[in-house]
Amino acid sequence: MNKYVERVYNGVIKENPTFVLMLGMCPTLAVTTSAMNGIGMGLTTAAVLIMSNMLISMLRRMIPDKVRMPAFIVVVASFVTIVQFLLQAYLPELNESLGIYIPLIVVNCIILGRAEAYASKNPVVLSILDGLGMGLGFTAGLTLIGAVRELLGSGSIFGLQVMPDSYEPLTIFILAPGAFFVLAMLTAIQNKLKLKSATNGEGAQEGERLACGGGCAQCVGRVCEANHDRLNAATADSNGKKEEQK
Amino acid sequence: MTELLLVLVGAALVNNVVLSQFLGICPFLGVSKKTQTAAGMGAAVIFVITISSACTYGIYQLILVPAGLEYMQTIVFIMVIAALVQLVEMLLKKKIPSLYQALGVYLPLITTNCAVLGVAINNITREYNFITSVVNGFGTASGFLIAIVIMAGIRERIEHNPVPKAFQGSPIVLITAGLMAIAFFGFSGII
Repeated sequence: MNKYVERVYNGVIKENPTFVLMLGMCPTLAVTTSAMNGIGMGLTTAAVLIMSNMLISMLRRMIPDKVRMPAFIVVVASFVTIVQFLLQAYLPELNESLGIYIPLIVVNCIILGRAEAYASKNPVVLSILDGLGMGLGFTAGLTLIGAVRELLGSGSIFGLQVMPDSYEPLTIFILAPGAFFVLAMLTAIQNKLKLKSATNGEGAQEGERLACGGGCAQCVGRVCEANHDRLNAATADSNGKKEEQK
Repeated sequence: MTELLLVLVGAALVNNVVLSQFLGICPFLGVSKKTQTAAGMGAAVIFVITISSACTYGIYQLILVPAGLEYMQTIVFIMVIAALVQLVEMLLKKKIPSLYQALGVYLPLITTNCAVLGVAINNITREYNFITSVVNGFGTASGFLIAIVIMAGIRERIEHNPVPKAFQGSPIVLITAGLMAIAFFGFSGII
């Protein structure tokens, strides 16, 4: 696999931000009341991520190391503002349903995490593809969670009635508690099947860090990298066990 | 006065910042293992959000509106909040070391917690005046404190209970949060 395809694959599957790295939990829980909202939020974030990765990668030699975080935040905030205006003008309905979560893309861990961990160290084309992969991975995660909640909560997917009329919708799933339950079941399934995820293994036992400890700008991708390390350790561990068995 | 009380109760209980608006999920899940740390984090959040509500409101009305730069809102707010937290941290360290001892560790954690920015933007979109903005900020942050302390209390008990293997770690925490969110629906009858 060449390195360009590898970047996209890495974002969508290997280090999927929603399922594997467990980043950007606020929008994941908040806007996924329907599959359509999930896809809208995912693509909006992806657009910001691709553009900010591109610009930060271009400027990576010009931004002094000491002020890099404020510089990154300004870049990201500018793109968020641009995207917000575009949505207001062309997709007012989506803008209405996502509401405050659009400006809050600024503090999404994924964006600053990728800027710090990848775009500030790598060439432009790779950074764009990294943003594309991560963005699509995030979109896939949100759409899937949104589809599950919409199916259980109103018996439809993308507004199309799927369930038979006799199905009594479990409204709780499109309300706030449903978000927590769906994500809980998802991580429980991952634990059960021992799929690779930041919530498995050592980290899960500590119970200390599901996603991150708090402020996204302060995290500067550390959570991203820590989750990455944890993932590698878990992979190495399971490989070791397999060899022992042989 | 009644209006302020309504905003306060509404922000703290009815539209709880964590359990119904999903802002500040990261610290809610990450720093809720012990009641004491949770309370410290909550107190720091109250401190920062109340001050930042006042500052962002002032900057918006006094600088951005007269200059016709309302669209710069997101960029300006995030920078103001980040700078403000740094400033508060330095000031506390110098002037009130005892308070710094209690809150200091948590301050850098919340620099750009989405709840802080979320409250600042909400204050503007809901067209609150200065007093209401500050009350809303204080109420929202109190809601965070209530939620995170209850969560920490429950988690301390969960530790001594046999949780099914697949649900150990984050899944049981998320289910707890879901049940708390249902419980908080009960408050919607207040207003």
